[in-house]
Amino acid sequence: MVDAHRKRSRGGWWLVLAFVIGATAQAAEWSGYIAGETRLFPSPPRDDTQHEENLSLSFQAEFYHEWEERRESVLFVPFLRLDQHDAERTHADVRELYWQKSAEEWELRLGIRKVYWGVTESQHLVDIINQTDMVENLDAEDKLGQLMLNYAWVQDWGTLDFFLLPGCRERPMPGREGRLRAPYPIEFDDAEYESGAAEWHTDWAIRWSRFIGQWDLGLSHFSGTSREPRLLPRIRDGHIRLIPYYDQINQTGLDVQWTHGSWLWKLETIHRSGQKRTYTALTAGLEYTLYGIFESNIDMGLIFEYLYDSRGDEASTPFENDLFFGTRFSFNDVQTTNILAGAIVDGDSGAVIFGLEAQRRLGQAWKLSVESRIFAGIPPSDVGNYFRKDDLIQIELAWYF
Amino acid sequence: MKKKPWWSTHKARIACFFPLLCLMPMAAASAETPEEKGLAIATEARQRETGYQDSVSELTMILRNRNGQESQRELRIKVLEVADDGDKSLVIFDSPKDVKGTALLSFAHKTQDDDQWLYLPAIKRVKRIASGNKSGPFMGSEFAYEDMSSQEVEKFTYKYLREEVLDGTDCFVIERYPADKKSGYTKQVAWLDKAEYRLQKVDYYDRKSELLKTLTAKNHQQYLDKYWRPETMEMVNHQTGKGTTLQWKNHQFGNGFTGRDFDVNSLQRAR
Repeated sequence: MVDAHRKRSRGGWWLVLAFVIGATAQAAEWSGYIAGETRLFPSPPRDDTQHEENLSLSFQAEFYHEWEERRESVLFVPFLRLDQHDAERTHADVRELYWQKSAEEWELRLGIRKVYWGVTESQHLVDIINQTDMVENLDAEDKLGQLMLNYAWVQDWGTLDFFLLPGCRERPMPGREGRLRAPYPIEFDDAEYESGAAEWHTDWAIRWSRFIGQWDLGLSHFSGTSREPRLLPRIRDGHIRLIPYYDQINQTGLDVQWTHGSWLWKLETIHRSGQKRTYTALTAGLEYTLYGIFESNIDMGLIFEYLYDSRGDEASTPFENDLFFGTRFSFNDVQTTNILAGAIVDGDSGAVIFGLEAQRRLGQAWKLSVESRIFAGIPPSDVGNYFRKDDLIQIELAWYF
Repeated sequence: MKKKPWWSTHKARIACFFPLLCLMPMAAASAETPEEKGLAIATEARQRETGYQDSVSELTMILRNRNGQESQRELRIKVLEVADDGDKSLVIFDSPKDVKGTALLSFAHKTQDDDQWLYLPAIKRVKRIASGNKSGPFMGSEFAYEDMSSQEVEKFTYKYLREEVLDGTDCFVIERYPADKKSGYTKQVAWLDKAEYRLQKVDYYDRKSELLKTLTAKNHQQYLDKYWRPETMEMVNHQTGKGTTLQWKNHQFGNGFTGRDFDVNSLQRAR
């Protein structure tokens, strides 16, 4: 696992740099967490290289410094995970390292950043700037840092963001000993690119966003290396291996939210070309919140979303004609207890992916998180079938400083 | 037939009209209904609070459960006054550490629902949120969202009750009734001192009209020779025995904030 070792040592250098910067700044500007995690997989693995339990340790620090009355700032966020079994999950990353300047009509941001676009809960179609850190969590909300030049032009008619993105990161995916992976090993070192510049193709993106009364609108376009690789089967030494292939794509995205009373109405839709066939995908739905149920302080949110992909069974995600039902409980207590439970149901096969996420603060500086995923009735034709034996319970305890 | 009294004759009425006109303000004051007097006091109090343009303050919240166990939150609050509308505000959470960097942007409105966006720093997501949750607890404290939001005159109707001495201070006592149906209260009884119209104490009555909470404001300090702010606000919940203390620090006024300090872009760099 040369690659993982290389990533580790690179992570080490970043940490040294972090502490050098830290030593020259005020202690109060450092924060972060250290977390221990255990994953339990009740079903025996599909492959005997995989394991039924896994321990993991992660660390993230944040250094922030601002000057010129907050008009300029730098942010540095290094991240490190050490995993008991999966060499691909042991990785370090600079989540953020950038300088930012803001003026009355514009903002300029230069360096490694994370950018989030979108409104829906069940999947994140429009969000495309950063590579997804797939070894962290299946929910695709963990991202690798992306090097960028971002100019935001702030006007009465909205904010126009221009992005120049030199280079793309390869998607981290679970390795041979990890669970929640494709059935055949992935040859990470043999990743292929459509562009002759390989991972150093310069991508660009533009996004307009604004709010008008109860409406929040975003319209975006991205052109460059797909963050989502296609996994192409190849025979190597008589064995099937998967090669990540990164196409050049164009993606136009629209995200809309209408906020009215206790109702949130949401729509995300994309049109993507360049990755085999051109397609359209969407997530549309609503969230309705009941406040203070049963005369308690607990709020209950009811979420319903429809997920569609015009590629049907050829879609690279399992969500081509699916329904998401979710419920969110916010306890509004001192420990900020939250529970989100949901299920994505395939409209054609009836396959179901259940998910549960719960968090609670312990004391002032600790947080306990529990997650679970259950994959039920997934037919062999579905991409989700990869994970059919990977039901899991994950418990994480984090200490914040 | 009984003779009309002299003052009811046409001439007499005209003769009396001008002097009466001069006395009108006084007469109106004494003939004022309790509702009008309550509104006048609330309007005067609000008038004295406004005009500072912008402020930034630090706030420590101490949450206490019925066994006296405490937990603490640190936040910073930036406010921009908006002419003819509610204030814009940005609340930045510094602790507990797991929510550090979380920020809440609100555009308050006098009668409509407020516009609110929440920034989640871990995934860099800005989320427009429903602001219908008036009566829910703010950060698990005994202060509801509606207690923390800007106290526009239009958010209540009023009734003057009486004058009363509260801890040695002469006060007006008024009742105010929330205009919003989503409010968790049927009424609030407020004590304002007669000298400076500062809020000294509020009793909150729940939807069943039972006494729920009492707020006491202490150690008012004056800034810019005009604006009074309490250093400490103590909320006690009579029904649960829990309490929350707000300690305000480092009020700074006239920072020259503009709308750009209160937009979705600023939310992402609020720290």
